[in-house]
Amino acid sequence: MSIDKNTVRKVASLARLEIDEAGLEKMTPKLNGILQWIEQLQALNTDNVEPLANVANIELKLRTDALTDGNCADKVLANAPETTAGYFVVPKVVE
Amino acid sequence: MTNLTHLTIEQALKGLDKKEFTAVELTQAHIKAMEKFRSLNAYIVETPEIALKQAAESDKRRAGGKAGLLDGIPLGIKDLFCTEGVQTTAASKILEGFKPQYESTVTANLFRDGAVMLGKTNLDEFAMGSSNTTSAFGNVINPWKRKGDNTDLVPGGSSGGSSAAVAARICMGATGTDTGGSIRQPAAFCGITGIKPTYGRCSRWGVVAFASSLDQAGPFARTVKDNALLLRSMAGYDAKDSTSADRPVPDYAAAMTGNIKGLKIGVPKEYRVDGMPAEIEKMWQQGIEWLKAAGAEIVDVSLPHTKYALPVYYIIAPAEASSNLARYDGVRYGQRVTSGKDLKDMYQKTRAEGFGEEVRRRILVGTYVLSAGYYDAYYIKAQRVRRLIYNDFMSAFEKCDVLLTPTAPSAAFPIGENEDDPVKMYLNDVFTVTGNLAGLPGLALPAGLDAKGLPLGLQLLGRPWGEETLFNVAGVIEKAANFTALPESVQKAA
Repeated sequence: MSIDKNTVRKVASLARLEIDEAGLEKMTPKLNGILQWIEQLQALNTDNVEPLANVANIELKLRTDALTDGNCADKVLANAPETTAGYFVVPKVVE
Repeated sequence: MTNLTHLTIEQALKGLDKKEFTAVELTQAHIKAMEKFRSLNAYIVETPEIALKQAAESDKRRAGGKAGLLDGIPLGIKDLFCTEGVQTTAASKILEGFKPQYESTVTANLFRDGAVMLGKTNLDEFAMGSSNTTSAFGNVINPWKRKGDNTDLVPGGSSGGSSAAVAARICMGATGTDTGGSIRQPAAFCGITGIKPTYGRCSRWGVVAFASSLDQAGPFARTVKDNALLLRSMAGYDAKDSTSADRPVPDYAAAMTGNIKGLKIGVPKEYRVDGMPAEIEKMWQQGIEWLKAAGAEIVDVSLPHTKYALPVYYIIAPAEASSNLARYDGVRYGQRVTSGKDLKDMYQKTRAEGFGEEVRRRILVGTYVLSAGYYDAYYIKAQRVRRLIYNDFMSAFEKCDVLLTPTAPSAAFPIGENEDDPVKMYLNDVFTVTGNLAGLPGLALPAGLDAKGLPLGLQLLGRPWGEETLFNVAGVIEKAANFTALPESVQKAA
């Protein structure tokens, strides 16, 4: 399977990555190289094989339903590019 | 005092105990060496003030008879571990200036035991790479050179700063992370030892996430025993990481008895890959001979799905990365491009500018394989093949206790090589990536030099939670290999 520039543009938009025409020209063949390479998996029969999502084999523990953290708004905001009055600031979303 | 930097951790701990030198002196020697080797670009940030403060506190603890397991030992910390108040970048522009307000569990464990932090070591951006050439803070240079050739070589990746720093004696040990080989391959390229433990052995809390089902932290050092000491401190259950294992941490160094009589060493035939240099094949054979001589039994095993491991990895890792890296939106932390005309535009510009080319490429691959219509064909398919790879190992471990393989298919290569073709670069991880997919512990150690004078490594892969056996077998290889070579620039002072 190979993908064209339009597909790359769409995927880039889904991934919230701005990409211009020159970037598409450069990126598309490299992505195709990778996709063609991973295509070899299709040759393998995996009927009746359960997907393996996690090898840890660890049973998740239940924690006690209690407050363990909080009251650290300053720390949460410490690295924000822009804040005001204890909030993160972003460009206007609603007109 | 220069030779203080050539001690092993084990020797340094003894020297500190016998009052031959203080932790402050040991740290000062390393700070001086670190300055001398700045041209390697192994550190993104040096933290000499923190180091000296920690060292002075360590000396006080030792004087009071309260020294911890690693008290006074100066380490490099991969800049993927969040360190409270100290810039943590994952070698990405998007996190430049980010100062975590909390400490990663692994570094907190090391500090609990008295370790000293010299600085944050360089890496491939978001740990994505095999050559440390994708860092936004510049390439790391391997202290090793080919004989009679001054070309700069890569230190391997992604933990290239850590491996170069340990090899150059500008720290005694270092932390790394390994998602597809990022501890073991750089250890091999720099002639040092490193271990990726079983998935779940070290907490991932506070480690910048790349591919969560594969990421695992581990140490680098110059001897097997030093790795055992470091891992004992780093490992352990952490309620903050639901995938960390609630099982006791053994005294790994105590497992190094040197007795491997009757142990079964598996040699997987699928690890003989096309184009592998004859010297690596020879080194592998040498490793087999050493273990045989020590009384181990060699068993031929088969891991039939090995050739699918890299394609599986390059679906699963980018898929998980694209999800993990969705958090970098320029809102809560990190860099923001302010010229966006609306919120989406701000996200897109921030991410396009903040991420380097390899990271953007992997985000795109990951987003594509997870997108509607392709999820089953790629992602679920890869997870099915991942199970087959896992099953291969479990069958092999019915016949043997440990697997012996080469660590990487080549020695360190010149900076710039393999850059044109991402797939070619990915092949560096052909022997290591299987250990991540199956969650197994893998240890890499130097076994000798090739004809050009560069280190070559061997890898041991063990059963889940089989670290003790790995350390024991590695100790036997280490003794037989007697690897004492040093990069030319790093000779001991007379």
